[in-house]
Amino acid sequence: MTLALAVDIGLAVLVLAVAGWTVVIRDTFAAVIGFVVYGLLLALIWVRLAAPDVALTEAAMGSGLTGLLLLGAAARLRSAKNIPAPPGLALRWVAGVLCALVSAGLAAIVLLLPDPAPTLAPAAVAHLPVTGLGNPVTGVLLAYRAIDTLLEAVVLLPALLGVWSLAPDRYWGGAPRLRHPRPDGALTLLAQALPPFGIIVGVYLCWNGADQPGGAFQGAAVLAAMWALILMAGLADAPPVSRRWLRVLLVAGSVVFLAIGLAGIGFADAFLAYPAGYAKPLILTIELALTLSIAVALGLLIAGPPAKTLS
Amino acid sequence: MSIALDLFTILAVVAGAFFFLAGTVGLLRFPDPLTRLHALTKADNLGLGLVVIGLLPQVAWPLGAIKLIAVWLIALFAATTVSQLMARAARDGGSTP
Repeated sequence: MTLALAVDIGLAVLVLAVAGWTVVIRDTFAAVIGFVVYGLLLALIWVRLAAPDVALTEAAMGSGLTGLLLLGAAARLRSAKNIPAPPGLALRWVAGVLCALVSAGLAAIVLLLPDPAPTLAPAAVAHLPVTGLGNPVTGVLLAYRAIDTLLEAVVLLPALLGVWSLAPDRYWGGAPRLRHPRPDGALTLLAQALPPFGIIVGVYLCWNGADQPGGAFQGAAVLAAMWALILMAGLADAPPVSRRWLRVLLVAGSVVFLAIGLAGIGFADAFLAYPAGYAKPLILTIELALTLSIAVALGLLIAGPPAKTLS
Repeated sequence: MSIALDLFTILAVVAGAFFFLAGTVGLLRFPDPLTRLHALTKADNLGLGLVVIGLLPQVAWPLGAIKLIAVWLIALFAATTVSQLMARAARDGGSTP
């Protein structure tokens, strides 16, 4: 047994153990921590599978951002009154059996794949020079399957509307509140010193995505984390969600993406097609606008529903 | 020379792993949040630091080395802040975690 295989088996056992623990543990807070650890281990597995793009997304979005949202939900549940009774035994069994069926189905599909498994990877790499990109994953996301990425960017907006709609009537249109109850010296110092580095890393991830692992979502997640840190330390307040510039920033990415996609009908014969020779600059424009919009949307998702009156 | 550097890497990374192990044992065995944080910071400071120092001869100079040291410093910075916040939360909320 080689050392690499031992590490892989260890990782697989560890991720299964953490997954099981997260399901079994009764305490909400502990389960969320288990989910975050599970996501980080999963990111390591994606690295071992030579999929650094997926690993970055899993670490930034799957583990970091989703973990933060779940932590916020756990904190709200802890202080909430009138928590409804947990679902009964029958419902839990049905949910468990359905989840197990999905897992078994996925496992069966993976195990029953013919050897070698069918793949479009050679075709994706072969046509990459046409796009001017160096990273085949970005090629898939923004050229071959751009419609999926467009929908992924748009779906953040209904998610944000769902969070906003949780605000009581008197706070509607007001600003969310994410400030730590008593931000002290250490948190303030971190929020002052870390964002310059975080912003560089976020912009680098976005810019680098054209040729190397990275992209709009990963870069935006880092930018949103920096914003959330500043809000938590109380160095700045979140803007009221009814501000016009905020709404423009939120939709800018989807609008630019959609506009370039519609222009493709006239200039390149198909929706979301790029005219020959202009693919890379157009893709970079879309990535830039997407990064800004996604960063603002993710930051506002973390900040939660409006909690101050509009004054 | 390369054998000496490899030996240095092995020694430093093993020493770092020892501090991670010691920190984990402390986290599991110590009685209250403050002493557990104390155990954890040893893993962060010394464990990660020794692993980074051990890996320095193995990476491209200077960019790889700068990245490694930046990872160490940023992890230290974040861990310090988080342990401050957790210690205060533990103090304010009684000693139960």
